[in-house]
Amino acid sequence: MEYKVIVGLEIHVQLCTRTKMFCGCAVEFGQEPNSRVCPVCLGMPGVLPVMNKQAFEYAVLVGLALNCEIPGFTKWDRKSYYYPDLPKNYQISQYDLPLSRNGFIEIPLKSGRSKRIRIIRAHLEEDAGKNLHSAGNYSQVDLNRTGTPLLEIVTEPDLNNGVEARALGVELQRIVRFLGVSEGDMQKGQMRFEPNINLVISRDGREYRTPIVEIKNLNSFRALERSIDYEEQRQLAEFLESGKVIEMGNKTTRGWDDQREVTVLQREKEEAHDYRYFPEPDLVPVELDKRWLEEIRSGLCELPITRQMRYVNEYKLSDYDAGVLTSERAISDFFDEAVKAGGDPKRVCNLLTQEGLRIAKERGSSIAELGIKAENVAKLAGLVESGTVSASASAPIFMQMVETNKDTWSIVNELNLIQKSDAGELEAIVEQALADNPDAVKDVTSGGKKSKKARGFLLGQVMQKTKGQANPKVVSEILTKKLG
Amino acid sequence: MEEFSARQLRERIAAGEVNSVEAVKGVFKRIDELEPTIGAYISTCRERAMERAAEVDGRIAAGEQVGELAGVPVAVKDNMCTTFGATTCASKILENFHAPYNATVVEKLLAADAVIVGKTNMDEFAMGSSTENSGLKQTVNPWDTSRVPGGSSGGSAAAVAGRLCYAAIGSDTGGSIRQPASFCGVVGLKPTYGRVSRFGLVAYGSSLDQIGPITRTVGDAALMMNVIAGHDPADSTSVDEETAGLCDYLAKLDEPIEKLKIAIVPEFNAGAAEAVTKALAEAIEVYKNLGAEIVEIDMAHLDYAIAAYYVIATAEASSNLARYDGVHYGHRSEKAADYVEVYTKSRAEAFGKEVKRRIMLGTYALSSGYYDAYYLKALKVRNLIRGDFAEAFEQCDCIMMPVSPTAAFKIGEKVDDPLTMYLCDIYTIAVNLAGIPGISIPCGFDGESLPIGLQILGSAFDEDRLLRIARMFEAQTNWNEKKPPIVE
Repeated sequence: MEYKVIVGLEIHVQLCTRTKMFCGCAVEFGQEPNSRVCPVCLGMPGVLPVMNKQAFEYAVLVGLALNCEIPGFTKWDRKSYYYPDLPKNYQISQYDLPLSRNGFIEIPLKSGRSKRIRIIRAHLEEDAGKNLHSAGNYSQVDLNRTGTPLLEIVTEPDLNNGVEARALGVELQRIVRFLGVSEGDMQKGQMRFEPNINLVISRDGREYRTPIVEIKNLNSFRALERSIDYEEQRQLAEFLESGKVIEMGNKTTRGWDDQREVTVLQREKEEAHDYRYFPEPDLVPVELDKRWLEEIRSGLCELPITRQMRYVNEYKLSDYDAGVLTSERAISDFFDEAVKAGGDPKRVCNLLTQEGLRIAKERGSSIAELGIKAENVAKLAGLVESGTVSASASAPIFMQMVETNKDTWSIVNELNLIQKSDAGELEAIVEQALADNPDAVKDVTSGGKKSKKARGFLLGQVMQKTKGQANPKVVSEILTKKLG
Repeated sequence: MEEFSARQLRERIAAGEVNSVEAVKGVFKRIDELEPTIGAYISTCRERAMERAAEVDGRIAAGEQVGELAGVPVAVKDNMCTTFGATTCASKILENFHAPYNATVVEKLLAADAVIVGKTNMDEFAMGSSTENSGLKQTVNPWDTSRVPGGSSGGSAAAVAGRLCYAAIGSDTGGSIRQPASFCGVVGLKPTYGRVSRFGLVAYGSSLDQIGPITRTVGDAALMMNVIAGHDPADSTSVDEETAGLCDYLAKLDEPIEKLKIAIVPEFNAGAAEAVTKALAEAIEVYKNLGAEIVEIDMAHLDYAIAAYYVIATAEASSNLARYDGVHYGHRSEKAADYVEVYTKSRAEAFGKEVKRRIMLGTYALSSGYYDAYYLKALKVRNLIRGDFAEAFEQCDCIMMPVSPTAAFKIGEKVDDPLTMYLCDIYTIAVNLAGIPGISIPCGFDGESLPIGLQILGSAFDEDRLLRIARMFEAQTNWNEKKPPIVE
C-alpha cells in the first residue's frame, strides 16, 4: 500500500492600507472595541460602499507577483450568510470574475530546489468583525476589523505535505512583505490559512481517495504544518479502519487544537452552503486599462525567491545565508547596496548576518534603521578580505560604526585594530611563545592525539601576546615552518 | 399663501414679502386639521421646523444669501436617513431607529435652506403600490378618503395634495413616485438612475431605486431637481457630471420643444380603464394642437417587465434587508434563546407580510440551482427592455402612456390579491428596469372625480427636456390647479 497527501490552501491576507475596503475608517489593530467604525462598515440602513483604490492596486500587485492573469474587467458580488460579526449579513467579495487568476508561486524546498504551486485565483473582499465570548452567558461583537481589505488566495492542491504548505506560507509572507502590501503578522491575524487535505491511497492495484477535510483558521506556520501532518495520520488510520472514501457532500470541517495538537471535528457534513452570490448593485465593475495596470506593475520588485537564488548562484552564498538575507526586503536591499558599493558578497553577508542582525535584534529594529551606511559595510568587508583587519576584529568595528557613524578607516585606526602580517615581526613573538611553552611544543612535535590541540594553544598564545592583531594565517605558517 | 407653488413661495420669502415662519405655521395648521384624517406623516418635527424657519427669516432680514428652497416647508419620505427624528421605513423593525447621519438628499435640502416638516408614510421598505403595507399607519387619498393614495410614496403624494407641505421627496423603485402622484393629482418625477444620490436612502432594490420630487407643479419639480441632482462621491452608482452634465432645470422650462415627436405604444395601452385611455387621448390632442407629431411604436419586451422586475427587485431586497437582524440595531425579539433565534424571531415579529413575501421570492430566485433560471434570465430581459427604449428614443423625443391602469382604488380592495396589485405597476416598472426618467403629471379626472396622471418618459439624463415637455402640457391646462375637496 502506498499513499500520497494532497493539500490545497486558501489563504487570507489583510492588506495594510490606511483605510478600510469600502469606507474611510482607519485600519488599526488592537484598538478599543468598536472605535474604528462608521455607518458604512456598521452596515447601517441606507449606506453605500466606495471602493478603496489603494487596496485594489495592492491586490493586483500580489496577483502580478503570483504570476496571475489580470483581467481588464472585474466586478464585485455579494456573498450571503448570517453571522453576528457580519453586520450586513452579506460580505462584498468577488465570485465569477476575480481580479486575478491562473498564476503560480515558486516555493523553496530543503533540497535547494524550488517547486511550482499553481494559484487558482486571488480576489479581494472585506474582512468580518470578531465575536468575543469572554463576557459570560452572552457574546460581544467588535467591528473594528469589519471591512478591512482582505485578499483571498486559493491554490490548486499541488502541495504534498505539511512542510511544503509551511514553505508556501513563509514564501507568501515574504512576498507580501517585500511588496509592502501587508505586514503578514500572523499573531495579529493578518495571515490566516485554511488547508484542504485528503489522501490518495493505492492498494491492490486500486486507487482510493479519502474524504476531504478543511481545517479552519490556522494562524501560525507551526499549526499549518502540524495540522496537515496530523490529518495525514488520522485519515490514514480512518481509512484502514472504515474504508471510507470521498463522496459528494462528505467534506468535513475540522478545527486545530493548539494545546493537544490534534484536529477536532467542527461540522460533520458541509451542508450545501448556499451563499446566494449575485452581482453587488451598489458598486460599479472595475475596468483596469493597460496604463493603470502598467502603473501598478511598476511597484513590483525582484521577488524574494529570485533574489535568494541569485545570491546562491552568483555570489555562492549558502542557501541558508541567502534565505536569511531575503527574509526581509530591508535586509536584502541593504545587502544588494553594499555589494554594489564593492563589498565582497560573502564578507558582506557574514557582517550582516552575524553582526548586523544581532545588533538589530537587540535593539528591536531593522538593519535599515541602524543608521549605518551600506558603503561603510562594503569598506569593512574589503578590509577583512585584504587581511588588513581580522575577521574577529570586525565585530567591534561594526559596533562602532553603528554607534558613531564614523568612517570605517578612522574607527579601525582609533581602535588600533590593523592586523599584523609582517612575518619578521611575528616570528620573534612566535619564538617567544615556543620558548614559554615547551610542553605544548613537545606535544606538537611528537604528533598523535594532542598535536592538533597543542598547535591551537600555541596559536592562541601568539594572538594573546599581539592583542588579537596578528594575522592568524601568517602565524600558522610560521608555526608550521618551526615545528613541521 | 397656501396656493403658492414652492417656487412662488421661495421667491416671496427671499424677497421679504412673506416669511418662512408664517408658511411653516400655515402648514402645521393644516396638519393639525387634516393629518388625523389623511395620515400622511409618520413623524413631524414642528419645533425644529419653526426654528429653522425663523433662522432663514433672520438671515433674509439680515440681507444674507439664502438657498434655492429658502424657507420652503418640505416633506421627506421616511426611508431617507435623518439625524433628527426616527427613520422607520414604515417598518416595526426600524420603528425606533435613529440614523447617525443624513442622507445626501437631506443634506442637499438643508443646504438649500429648505425647512423639513416631517417624514412621510410609505409601504414598508417601499414595497407596495398603495401605502397599505405600512407597518405603522394608514394614509388615505385626500381626493377620496375611502381610497388609497397610491404607493409606495403615498405619504409624500398625499401630503403635497393635502397642502401638508409645499413639496416632497419620494423614491421610485417600480413606480413609487409616479403612481401615487397620479392617484393624488400632483406631479411626480423619477429621475434617471444615477442622477440623484442614493446615499442614505434605505435600499429596497438597489439597481432600481431612485429619489425624486413630488410637487404641485412641473416648475417645482424642476426646482427640486436643481437642489437634489448631482454626483455624490459616496454613491458609486451616481453618475459623474462629465458623463452626464447637470443643468439649471428652470432656465428653459417655459421654452417648448420644437418639432416635438411623441411616441405611443397603442397595444400596450389597451389594458387601461376607459377613463384613463380617454384622458391619455385628450392629452395627446393637446400636444397635437401644439404641433407635436405622434408616432406609434411597438415595444416587444414590455410584457415581460413585471416578471423581470419582481425577480430583480426581490432578489436585491432579500439581500438588502438581511441586515435587519436584531443584532446591531432595530427591533430585537425578547423571546430569543440563542443568536439564531435573535435573527428568526426578530425578523418574524417585526417584518410585515409583503416584506416577508418579497424576501422569500428573492431568496428563492438567488438560490443555487435557480439563479440562472430566474435572476440571470431577468437580467437578460432587462437588457432587452433597455434596448427597446434605446431604439424607441431614436424615433421620438418622448413616450407617453398611462401611469396606472386605473385611478385610485378602494382601501382594502386589493390587499388580499398581491398578484393583481403587482399588475397595477405595468406602466411604471419598465422605466426602472431601463433606468430612464419618467414623469407623471395631472391630466384629468375619471367619473368619480379621481385624478388621472399622464406619464411621459424620456431618454437617460434628459430630465431637462422631459420637464419642458411636461410644462408644455401644464401651461395649456389647469388640471394641476384643482384641489381635493378636503382642502377646499
